[in-house]
Amino acid sequence: MRYRRPGLDGLTHLLLIIGAVIFGLPLWLALTASTHSAGDLQSGIAPLWFGDQGLANYWQLLSQPMPGLGVSALRLLGNSLVMALGIALGKIAISLLAAYAIVFFRFPCRTLCFWLIFVTLMLPVEVRIVPTYGVVARFGLIDTYAGMILPLIASATATFLLRQCFLSLPSELFEAARLDGAGPLRFLKDFVLPLSRTNLAALFVIMFIYGWNQYLWPLLAANSPDHATAVISLKNLVQSTDTLPPWQLATAMTVLTVLPPVVVIVAMQRFFVRGLTDAEK
Amino acid sequence: MTTFERHSLTPWLLLAPQLVVVAIFFFWPAAESLRQAFYVQDAFGLGERFVGLANFQHVLASPGYWHAFGVTALFSLLVAAGAMGLALLLAVLADRVLHGARLYRVLLTWPYAVAPAVAGLLWLFMFDPVLGVLTHALAAIGVHWDAQLDPGQALALVVIASIWQQMSYNFVFFLAGLQMIPASLLEAAAIDGAGPFRRFFGITLPLLSPTAFFLLVMNSVYVLFETFATIDSTTLGGPGGATRTLVYKLYEDGFVGRDLGGSSAQSVLLMILVGVLTFIQFRYLERRVAY
Amino acid sequence: MRLSHLLPFVAVTALSLSPSAQAATTITWWHAMEGVLGEKVNAIADEFNASQDDYVVKPVYKGSYSDNLTATIAAFRAGQAPAITQVFEVGTATMMSAKGAIYPVYQLMQDTDTPFDPDAFLPAVKSYYTSSDGHMLSMPFNSSTPVLYYNQDAFAKAGIETPPKTWAELGKDAHKLVESGAAECGLTTAWPSWTQLENFSAVNDLPFATQANGFNGTDARLVFDQQPATVAHIQDLAEWQKSHAFEYGGRADNGTKRFQSGRCAMLTTSSASRAGIQEAAKGKFGFGIAPLPYDAKAVSQPRNSIIGGASLWVMRGQSDKVYQGVAEFMNFLSSPAVQADWASFTGYVPITTAAYQRLKDDGFYAKTPGASVAIDQLTRGTPDDNSRGLRLGNMPQIRNIIAEQLEKAFNGSETAAQALTDAAERGNQELEQFERSVSN
Repeated sequence: MRYRRPGLDGLTHLLLIIGAVIFGLPLWLALTASTHSAGDLQSGIAPLWFGDQGLANYWQLLSQPMPGLGVSALRLLGNSLVMALGIALGKIAISLLAAYAIVFFRFPCRTLCFWLIFVTLMLPVEVRIVPTYGVVARFGLIDTYAGMILPLIASATATFLLRQCFLSLPSELFEAARLDGAGPLRFLKDFVLPLSRTNLAALFVIMFIYGWNQYLWPLLAANSPDHATAVISLKNLVQSTDTLPPWQLATAMTVLTVLPPVVVIVAMQRFFVRGLTDAEK
Repeated sequence: MTTFERHSLTPWLLLAPQLVVVAIFFFWPAAESLRQAFYVQDAFGLGERFVGLANFQHVLASPGYWHAFGVTALFSLLVAAGAMGLALLLAVLADRVLHGARLYRVLLTWPYAVAPAVAGLLWLFMFDPVLGVLTHALAAIGVHWDAQLDPGQALALVVIASIWQQMSYNFVFFLAGLQMIPASLLEAAAIDGAGPFRRFFGITLPLLSPTAFFLLVMNSVYVLFETFATIDSTTLGGPGGATRTLVYKLYEDGFVGRDLGGSSAQSVLLMILVGVLTFIQFRYLERRVAY
Repeated sequence: MRLSHLLPFVAVTALSLSPSAQAATTITWWHAMEGVLGEKVNAIADEFNASQDDYVVKPVYKGSYSDNLTATIAAFRAGQAPAITQVFEVGTATMMSAKGAIYPVYQLMQDTDTPFDPDAFLPAVKSYYTSSDGHMLSMPFNSSTPVLYYNQDAFAKAGIETPPKTWAELGKDAHKLVESGAAECGLTTAWPSWTQLENFSAVNDLPFATQANGFNGTDARLVFDQQPATVAHIQDLAEWQKSHAFEYGGRADNGTKRFQSGRCAMLTTSSASRAGIQEAAKGKFGFGIAPLPYDAKAVSQPRNSIIGGASLWVMRGQSDKVYQGVAEFMNFLSSPAVQADWASFTGYVPITTAAYQRLKDDGFYAKTPGASVAIDQLTRGTPDDNSRGLRLGNMPQIRNIIAEQLEKAFNGSETAAQALTDAAERGNQELEQFERSVSN
């Protein structure tokens, strides 16, 4: 039991509530602004409370092409979803196999392979962006989902985490599997995967958010509207030329863009915390 | 861990997808980066010339590079201090409460899910010269907010947006760290007559220091790379280069300036910097494992 | 059988049924025209596609000018360049120096036996895209020039009757507007380097760089910092900034917002912003358009201003059939009908004399107050070394450097003289880098 002074409890809650409110304010303002008309937002201060244009704004966003881009928000959100899922599932799939090979097999150059993969931790895509663009273009993958996804899964974070996870499995498990006569693939399917479910879910949450929120790479790799993502479209909306930014649409699009990853984090809070802190180990 | 013997091909098949992806999309571009750092090339790639270390000399001799280095360091320091300080405070508070702890955790961690670019835009909206709520609040107390012209205010804008975004990450770690501190330790100290502040500074903080150190490195890495999006969606590196970080400069020189040699040389320098950071982090992890 | 297996058959059948689709050659056109301008670009392509059966022009919006140039260069390096790409005026030197990458328009027209008369274009437009040996290398498309927009309501409130003609008058008016409470801010600007340095130099007949602003060679160096009138102008703006007579509004066209919201009573920006400003001002305030002010101490008669906007470049690596189509499309684009329609719709200036004449005959300028300001300002006098335009390598970066240094002058951290000296010095490093990279 902790030692506490009852008087402090009220203060604790108060401070936490203030913190939560301050942290929520930016999104709250976006939410309220997205329910006002363009005219309301062109003069005066951003409103703190809802207006009556919410339905109209969101409907316009979802049903009509976005100004400047010519594709609808649904398409953009769909592109983001494809990219986020592609990165999360792709990375988990190739990392799972690689980590499994490194932990459960002995073969020449095992350490070398491990280090080759490990080195990728040192150089995020932002640093090798110029030549990466060249390589992807050489394969004709600019403006394709594959081109948007592949360079971002060429990193070892997931391999690393899964290796840690597999190493922590009890070695009796392996013996049991051997008694069962299980080959490598059955061992993976029936023993390793079920026991790593939590870690895989945690990894999925982190990678999904990572993929959804990508900026620089899709900006370059998907520079036609057909493959643009929701995050990229926001920059286009706000930094529009020759006109005032359509803030009512920009804020509505912000809300739509932020929603999916926030829902994932809130719904999978347990895995999210696990996923983050796993990365530390 | 015991391993499968007598399977010589299987491990290679399992490793193949990752090795292929890493070879094509990591090692190839990285090698290309390394090679281009020693060449001067025109934008269209019609001709190139070996120049030895000249690109590195140009980069290291240019005041702009060192300015960007200074901006990055200051930026990292401010974000680390702000995001870690706030996170620690809120984590200590959240660790104290018995009721609603889970709700508070959700309410304080969701900004992690917001893309850095979007975080930048949300704060840009609050600081908009015409309709920004904060612009008007500041005007009411006599502060003229103009982040397009005032270097300090521009840096403040991206720092605040980054702290807002990065706080939740730190919060998760501090809270996890706090919950791992054995209650018996704090109890014993309390019986010895240590007040809450002495308990915090004498026991909690030292035990959290490895976490804090880890977060310091992670926050620096965050500022180095992730804040590119925050900057590009708000200040575009301005005014007067006040928010141009190393990665932003690399991008500008490579993609806007099309100076491939110069930007590749910067890539190599960044590689070295990240290598040092990774090494430090690795050493720290080793030490922790030894506990 | 799955549907996907059927698709090839369906496609083949569809192709054989429609003769036009079978024969049509696709011509890709990458551009940076967003929003309504982008829709207009699509409409122009549709019109061309409907007019014949041999070619289909496919416009693709690629983001900002800078994004598009980046994409074009990367695509060229990967062997996948579009047939036509739109490059902003300051990218001209970069494109001209890339001899193996571009197909000069005059040559394309010659090779395909397509009629092409460079003299049909306005002199200020033609000169910008013509090489030193007199050949037109790219096809002008959208050209604009900076003008002064002013808020008529605020002017009336402050008791000012006519828009300022010189910078000295503008300074007085700006202070009067702020002091009388008619506006919170006097003047703001978009595209700071383009309006306040590049065009200031041209209009007042001052050199911006040596070698006729780069037209005579890649060894040109910046000299705007050595012109007392230019330095004094920036110093004035920096002084005015303190009292809100001038407010720096950011790079690119960010400053436009301060005028549209009614905060600033004057704005210097592209003539092509007219439609956007009209839209924003509707129901809020009336606005007028006046020529860019000049400096009466530097020049007695203002020279022509220089153009902004973009031109179309043809990229190497396509088939002869494609180039035939490109030539036909270029011919279509520069026809008076298309040009007059484009100019009246957008606020860009008509780039050919015939299109200009057509708009005059249609009574467009009589109907649309302010629309003639840009074209009059561009066509006054004959372009000389200082007003032909700029042909400097790495100009996009130089503009960034200038904007950065102007910010230092406007926020008071450096004097105008210091800021401009630094800008020229840093800009010259860019020019040296460019000279090195093209002399391989």
